[in-house]
Amino acid sequence: MLMNNAAATISEPEPLPDADETTPVTSIGKFKIPTEVLRAYTMVFALVAIWIYFHFSTDRIFLDPRNFSNLMRQTSVTGVLAVGMLMVIITAQIDLSVGSVVGLAGGIAAIAQGWYGYGLIPSLTAGVAVAIAIGALQGSLTAYLNIPAFIVTLGGLLAWRGVILGLSKGETIPLRLQSFKAIGQNYVDRRAGWILAGLAIAAVVWMMIARNRARRRHGLAVPSLGSTVFRIALPTAVILWFIYTMNTYEGVPIPVIILIAIALAGAFLTQNTTFGRYLYAIGGNPDAARLSGINIRKHILAVFCIMGALAGVASIIYTARVGSASPDAGQLLELDAIAACVIGGTSLMGGRGTVFGAILGALIMASLDNGMSLMRVEPYSQMIIKGAILVAAVGLDMAGRKRG
Amino acid sequence: MSTVTPFLEMRNITKTFPGVRALDGVSLDLQKGEVHALVGENGAGKSTLMKILGGVYPHPQYGGEVFIEGSLQQFSGVRDAEKAGIAVIYQELSLVREMTVGENIFLGREPRKFGVIRWEDLYRRASELLADLHLSIDPHTLIRNLGIGQQQLVEIAKALSHDARILVLDEPTAALNDGEVETLFVILNKLRARGVGMIYISHKLNEVFRISDRITVLRDGKTVGTNATRAWTEPQIIARMVGREVGDIFPVIDHAQGETIFEVTNFSVTDPAVAGKKLVDNVNFSVRHGEVLGIAGLMGAGRSDLLMAIFGAHAGRVSGEIKLEGRRIDISSPADAIKQGIGFVTEDRKRFGLVLDQTILNNMTLAGLRRISGRFLTSVDAESAAGERSMKELRVKANSVFTIAGTLSGGNQQKVVLAKWLLTNPRVLFLDEPTRGIDVGAKQEIYAQINKLAKSGLAIVLVSSELPEVLGMSDRILVLHEGRITGEFSRAAATPEKVMACATGRAQQAA
Repeated sequence: MLMNNAAATISEPEPLPDADETTPVTSIGKFKIPTEVLRAYTMVFALVAIWIYFHFSTDRIFLDPRNFSNLMRQTSVTGVLAVGMLMVIITAQIDLSVGSVVGLAGGIAAIAQGWYGYGLIPSLTAGVAVAIAIGALQGSLTAYLNIPAFIVTLGGLLAWRGVILGLSKGETIPLRLQSFKAIGQNYVDRRAGWILAGLAIAAVVWMMIARNRARRRHGLAVPSLGSTVFRIALPTAVILWFIYTMNTYEGVPIPVIILIAIALAGAFLTQNTTFGRYLYAIGGNPDAARLSGINIRKHILAVFCIMGALAGVASIIYTARVGSASPDAGQLLELDAIAACVIGGTSLMGGRGTVFGAILGALIMASLDNGMSLMRVEPYSQMIIKGAILVAAVGLDMAGRKRG
Repeated sequence: MSTVTPFLEMRNITKTFPGVRALDGVSLDLQKGEVHALVGENGAGKSTLMKILGGVYPHPQYGGEVFIEGSLQQFSGVRDAEKAGIAVIYQELSLVREMTVGENIFLGREPRKFGVIRWEDLYRRASELLADLHLSIDPHTLIRNLGIGQQQLVEIAKALSHDARILVLDEPTAALNDGEVETLFVILNKLRARGVGMIYISHKLNEVFRISDRITVLRDGKTVGTNATRAWTEPQIIARMVGREVGDIFPVIDHAQGETIFEVTNFSVTDPAVAGKKLVDNVNFSVRHGEVLGIAGLMGAGRSDLLMAIFGAHAGRVSGEIKLEGRRIDISSPADAIKQGIGFVTEDRKRFGLVLDQTILNNMTLAGLRRISGRFLTSVDAESAAGERSMKELRVKANSVFTIAGTLSGGNQQKVVLAKWLLTNPRVLFLDEPTRGIDVGAKQEIYAQINKLAKSGLAIVLVSSELPEVLGMSDRILVLHEGRITGEFSRAAATPEKVMACATGRAQQAA
């Protein structure tokens, strides 16, 4: 730096970054759309396109209330796991053990009620507690002993499966408690469904108004009245259609209610709490996070505990839905959860991803399973197609990012 | 001037980076069997010049010409430069830690037959090379089992295995202990006798005077003097290194200083990588309310290690006592330090300062989030209000607080980092290279902020490699050399020459 020339260059201001520079924008024809928004919409469009395709390829069975209800229920296990996996991946970690943990926790809960005659709550508590303990153990090994999470949880993938095989002696344990099965197989009363719809719509309206108010307070452009109405009308229509479709069959399945509750809680935790903010900072730049006073180890441990708890919840839904706990339950679920996150725009490098995206990803994965089965695609072809779609989705995403 | 064509000649070399002219018409020549020392402040252009010679910046990316034995060279890459007999040993060693000494020496050029590596041949030749340098290193040893000093010597052996005729050493003794320095010098003298030309870059003037035949001084990308070593004196070199006017952009303000607020005594930090090496050695200092304490020193003097260790963020073993307002405090993590009211604008904003993917707002509130928002819930309102206020105060130029930090210019990024720490409401603020790599306009704005903060009573510790900055901003200046304080000056007593003399270890100066 030439200090002597300071006087000459001082008055030269730094160039003000223009709009295109600050927010990555993608051009489609003459339309310019912020890239992040485009990414979210692309996923929604992809999902809708997949649904329409399957609907017409299956003689309109796919979106039929009965099948749609089934699809939603199938999504719930992957979706619950994806919410936990998202938080793990945001901190640039990974958990490969969740499939085995689902098998073990479900098995423990089934054993508790089947062999030891526990009631519903103690049985569920036993399963979830084991899953949380596993999360705590794996999180400690990763965060405090610096063993890479990939290795710790790869070990877990093997070991926890071994534990349940040993405990169950290879037997499938049937669910004795009807209330347990109900968690996976029953539906919410239709009236309750409509009440939930009403609450959800009220929440959407309230959030839109609050958001507009906040934008006005901070001097940001407030969307026009038409735009605001549209932003309220679209989710409202989706909510009404969803509840209507569900109620046309038997009502909203209980697993779907659980998934929605967990997704909302996960979105709140990641977006509206200091904890969530720290997770993104840890994944985005661990050095900066550490120097900003964030206890990285504590947060990684917490994230693995949350993942464990959610694996416990998923195991209950899974076991309840099937009606029994088999020792090979939940195999490959970890890959579904990771794929859901990645398809939903989560970066495996950490620091990037949303619960909304992960849920969309889970829906896409479940839709592919469900739709291809309806079309009687051979299982081997299904695997090949799913694998190809996963790689292609991320490939497109990377290509898009490079341009942006 | 001799009439003989120099072995190596770099003529009129120019290199610009966006916004900065790193080299401006530098000429340098080297004879066979000569050690030519290159000295200058950090950022004077030494490393850039050597990267051009080594082919890191290939031919059309620079201006000027390079000749070896009179013939024009236009390297298109590092391989080309190696073929021409040039070997550059950079500060950051380029050895593969998990491979053996022999494998490293012949990496990419393993002796082979039908594509199969001939290991006996490789290790025999490696042994010969090492024996030739009188190094008692087994070529089967893994690099990671060697000390930094021995690794450096392996690096030299590797260079010689290329039949290097020109050897560039960039701060070769930075990580060596005294014994290892002696070994290195024995080897360099042997190479000199063999006719290898060497360019020796170092901050340590005593070594430069011992080993070199000629010394060239670079400053701000220009040659400001070349002469035979015996014709130079150390003060002359220091004067040439710093020779520029201080002032102009520094509004000279004597800050009204209050009581001592922060005190560090008997503070030492060990090197986590090298056993027994102290990065900071028994340092004592104190800062008062409203005072700017400058810490000068050359790269590797331990300045950042000192601050990192006080802040609870150093990997090495730390000993010593820290007092805040006369009360002894324990800091074992950055969170502790922040709680005690210490803020730390770290060096290298991209690596240590910012989450580049995230918004200005998220970055600004990261360190003080719980103070601004609340313990558990974040509040967009409270955060935006704080962020917008900081943005206005520090004049961050961006569309809104929701702009992604990575898209900002360096100056604006630095202001975001500064804002982050001011939002923790600190009582003591560390600034480590706060203006590195930003343009002069933004620099001046940061200087104005520093003065304003000092005026408001904040105690500030300023570390900088740029002498004019330390001299222009500080009420008092400490000089570090190899982890020890070698000088202390008041603003009035400090001159670039005196500070540089202490920083190079040539002089000691008490206040």
